[in-house]
Parts: sequence; structure tokens; C-alpha cells
Amino acid sequence: MSLEFDRKIHAALTNRKQQLAIFSATGKMKEGREAATAASVLPDYQELRTQANALKKHTIDHLDFYLEEFERNVEAAGGKVIWAKDATEVADFVLSLARERDARLIVKSKSMTSEEVDLNERLEHHGLEAVETDLGEYIIQLAGERPFHIVGPALHKDRYDVADIFEKRLGIGRETVIENQAAIARARLRQKFLAADIGMSGANFLVADSGAVVIVENEGNARLATTAPRIHVTVAGIEKVIPRAQDLAVFLKLLARSATGQAFSVYTSFLNGPRRPGEIDGPEEFYVVLLDNGRTRLLPDRGKRQSLYCIRCGACLNTCPVYRRIGGHSYPWVYAGPIGAILTPQFLGTAHEPALPFASSLCGACAEVCPVKIDIPRILLELRSEVRKSEAREKRGALRTRAEKLAFRAFAWMATHPRVYALAAPIGVALMPGWLRERFGLSEPPARTFRQLWSRR
Amino acid sequence: MSRESILHRVRTALGRLEGEAIADPPDVRLSVPAMEREARIAGVRRAVEALAGKTHRAANAEKARTLVSDMLAGRSAVASNAPFLAECGIPNLPGVAGGFPDGAVLREACASAAVGITSADYALADTGTLVLLSSREEARMISLLPPAHIAVVPAGRILTGLDELFTVLPLPARSTSSMVMITGPSRTGDIEMTLVRGVHGPGELTVIVVG
Repeated sequence: MSLEFDRKIHAALTNRKQQLAIFSATGKMKEGREAATAASVLPDYQELRTQANALKKHTIDHLDFYLEEFERNVEAAGGKVIWAKDATEVADFVLSLARERDARLIVKSKSMTSEEVDLNERLEHHGLEAVETDLGEYIIQLAGERPFHIVGPALHKDRYDVADIFEKRLGIGRETVIENQAAIARARLRQKFLAADIGMSGANFLVADSGAVVIVENEGNARLATTAPRIHVTVAGIEKVIPRAQDLAVFLKLLARSATGQAFSVYTSFLNGPRRPGEIDGPEEFYVVLLDNGRTRLLPDRGKRQSLYCIRCGACLNTCPVYRRIGGHSYPWVYAGPIGAILTPQFLGTAHEPALPFASSLCGACAEVCPVKIDIPRILLELRSEVRKSEAREKRGALRTRAEKLAFRAFAWMATHPRVYALAAPIGVALMPGWLRERFGLSEPPARTFRQLWSRR
Repeated sequence: MSRESILHRVRTALGRLEGEAIADPPDVRLSVPAMEREARIAGVRRAVEALAGKTHRAANAEKARTLVSDMLAGRSAVASNAPFLAECGIPNLPGVAGGFPDGAVLREACASAAVGITSADYALADTGTLVLLSSREEARMISLLPPAHIAVVPAGRILTGLDELFTVLPLPARSTSSMVMITGPSRTGDIEMTLVRGVHGPGELTVIVVG
């Protein structure tokens, strides 16, 4: 375990106020999910999960086909698709677009994919203003933090924390009433929406047969970000594609119920291309950036490929006894909880934090609540085995150079020929104390060998 | 440009050839239950009210006009170009601006109006969802910028649910560049999971079912 991981966990476990906040927020979402997926409310819940899993499996198994279909349909509608292999390519595209269109202000709706590539930092570094507009995201952007939870990015902050942040960053008087805090954000952000040159969003789904970006939200900030500015840019992982518009009849019934316990989120936007002739409002330019950023690394293994089925509902976080203790900021990357424990090692490599797949009790609660039936515990086990194998490889790899290997082979021969050994050992020890010390951490060898001492006894 | 390299990586990993055909995706069974007109109307009203929205029933266009007029009580409003609103005479009510041909003027009006009035292409009985397709008749901003939204919906446009929507509208992209589904007033729970309405979109939602 890295010292940093250990330190963050310790900090989370000893922060009593935060412990309470996590427990209460995840508890509410957990209960909401249970109520909204109960057999009395949604009799075909299990059938929907099975269908969602089959649809995701089919799409990911034929991902190239659906990505190309999606691209064709976006372009037929007058939009443009950009393919980005990593964070730099996403930032480069947005920066060059902003330069060409003389854009300064970007309003953003909540997107984990954008967090993944540190887009805000990159844009701000080049003098652009990028403003998060989801209330929770706005709070943590002002606080300079990462999202604590996929669905509730600021669930670790209470009204007094928010009052401190607003006071300090917005230069306003102290306001501790939650309704008023929301009104302050609404008023501030409304100005940004109306002045922004570019609106950026993520996507919950990309619909291949329609060339559509589907965004699910409760506040209306994603609608504003994709309606008010002249240009709309979506950044989405390549795994977000689904075949047909009607597949949404399966996914939309599961997403909000699994995330917050709502039957349906307040706003679901189905956006395909820029405004058409005759339409009164909407963006004039429409871009979709398809991001790889490590996703193709997950495809070769049939078992682990299912990690890409995730629809980012956060249900596994809310139910996980580990997440509910250590919280979102203990995890080494933007994705927290059980899904983070399988995505991070696969996107960034197990060496990024070898202890991560072990930070689980394997209780299986995550797999039970997953709306697309990702077998998270099984993937955790496979990742554990990978970590162990690579550790073993590293030990073998400890014999680094050819010379070293040769030396050890010579030593093996000597050690099995006692007469040669008796002659050579004192010479070897005398010649190589520096090497033995550096390479194996051995202290200075004694003046006489064991054999010499024995023979004089 | 990373297009080719990403697609190549995907195909190599999946063991697929460029342009290789695929089997159809698994069937999605869309089920449309039989439901009487009155049950549909009751369903929408129940679901919207459960989300703290308000609902009314108007027997005809004339009654709908009176309801809207009473509800506005002198507040400024923006009405969409929906023919059904015109049929009800809503754009002619005092204090209601309408007939906006282009986005820039409309946006100014919406940014200062107290109420936005639209119709809806469909409503869903099981979740109380309004479905609005962007067109020359329905702008996106009227149901979004003002703090209150009134939707005047003909009873005949109420579908049973999402499955029926995708049965009658399998390809929304053929009709519009933007379809939005609205289920209740704008809300957030981002601070202490405390429910606050109207954080960015309208905090008040009223659905008037006509017919």
C-alpha cells in the first residue's frame, strides 16, 4: 500500500464530521434506490437489468460498428465528431476551437469524463474561464477539490462549509440557509450561462441510430449549457454508445432509480446536431469528442471488458461498506468506490496503486445493486491476481542485468561444488562488499567466512 | 487525428475486421398497457403532484385560457408559438408576449419573464413527464429560463409511459434536433441532501390538461 493511500484513509476515518456526512448521504440514496426498485414498484426490475446487461454486452462487443454509426449520424445532422486518444487531445481540440471562435467563457455541466482529463485546469492554464454549473460541482470547483461522489460531488460539505466557500471565493456575506445558497448560485451562474461562448457537457448515452447525445440531470444546468451558448461541445467516453433510441426505454428506467431513487430524473435531453432551420433556439455548432483515455486497454479481456458497461449511477458507492467509511477522496483517482477500484487499475495500470483492488471486503453488495450487472467482485479478484503476478515478476526481474544473471549462475555452480566454493567464497566476498551492500542491503561481511571459522574450531 | 488509431485498437482488441457485419442488437420489449383516457389523465396529475408540481383540468380551450389568466395574475409571461396555445387564445392574454421568430429576442424576453407557457408534444401517464420537441412552434428556452413553467397539454397527447413514447416516436431525431423530457420542477439535493426546487430551471411547474 502506498503511504499516500494509507494516509488519506486514515484522515477520512478520523474525520468524524465527514463520516457522518457520508453515512447520511449514501444512506439516503441507498434507501431511495431500494424503494424505487422494489418489486411492488417496478415488477420487471430484474428483467430490465438483464436487458441492460445484454444491450451493453452487445454494444461493447461490436464497439467499432456503433461508434462509426454514431459518427455518421452526427455528421448527417450537421454536427462533428472528434476522436481523442487522451487528455491532451481533448484539451487541444477545445483550445483550438475557442481560439478560432474567439471564445473566452465556457459553461460546463457535470461530467466525470471531463474530471478524468483535468479539463478545467488545462483550459484555465490557457486563459479560458471554465465554470462548473451543477450546484455540487460549482461548490467543489470554488473549493478547489475533486468530486467526492459520482452523483453527489459535494456530499461531504455541509451548509457551513458552503457558507465559508461562498464567503471566501465570491466575496459575499455569510449565508448559511441552504435555499439561499442555491439562489446565490442560480443568480451567479445565470449570468455566466447568458454570457458564455461555449457550453460543454458530458453524456449519459450516445445513441448510434440517432447521432444523439443524451444527458440526464435534475437542476436544468445541462439544458442551459447546451441551449444558451452558440456552441455545444460534448466530451464522452467511447463506451457510452448504445444502439438505438428505444434502448433508452430500458436504461432510463434504471438510471435515476439506481442513482437517487427517483422514477425519472427531472430533465432528460436528447440532442442530435445543431439547431435546424426553423428551430427558434439552440446551439449553431455541435461537436462530440469521443475519448479513449485508456478505455481500449480494457477491451481485449472478455471478462474485464464488462467494466465498460458502467452507467455511472453511483449505486455501488452508496452500498459499499468501504466507500461509506473511507469516502471519495481516499481513492487514488477521480472514480471512487467499487467501480473506481476496478476502473482505476485498468485505466492507469495496477502499479498506480497496487493496494486498491485489495481495499474491498468482497461482500458482493456492489454486484447486487449494479443496474447493468457488472460482476465487480470477480474483476477485483482478477486484478488482485494481476497485482500478485506482477509483484512476482518484479522479484524475478530483480536479477536485472545479464552480468548479474551470469554471476548467479556461476554462484549456483560453485555452491554445488564444495571444493571450488571453499576457495572462491573468500575471494568473492572480499571483491564485492559494495555490490552486496547496495544490491541486497547486506552489511559489511565479517573478516572470516563460516568455513574458515569452522575449520579452526 | 486519432480516429483511425482508436478504431484500430478497438477492432484489434475485439478481433473484428473493418466493416464486418454484426447481428441485430437484442430486442427491447416495449410494452404499452391498455389504459383509458381518464386513467391517463389521472396518472399524469398524480405523478406531477407527487413531485410538488401543480395540475389542473380544463374542459375546453376557453376554460384553459381562463385558468392561465387567473394563474398569471398580472405576472409577465412568454408563450410559445404552439398552435394549441393559439387555439386557446393564450398568446393574446394581457402581459403575455409571444410570436417570437428568432432566438436572440426570445432569450431577452425569457430572461426577464416570470412565467414561460408552452404546450407539450406528449405527456407520460406513469411518471408525469412532459415531452417537448424543439421546432418553430416550441422553443427550448421558454420551459427553461423563467422561474415558473405552465404547460397546456391536450388530453389526447397523454401516452402511458416511456415504452409508448418510443413506440410512437422510435426515431425522435427525424423530427427535431432536441427532445427534452421534463419530470417535475427543477431540483437539487447537492447541499446536505436537502431538497431545493428551482436551482437552474423553473422551480414551479403547472400542467393543465385540456379535454
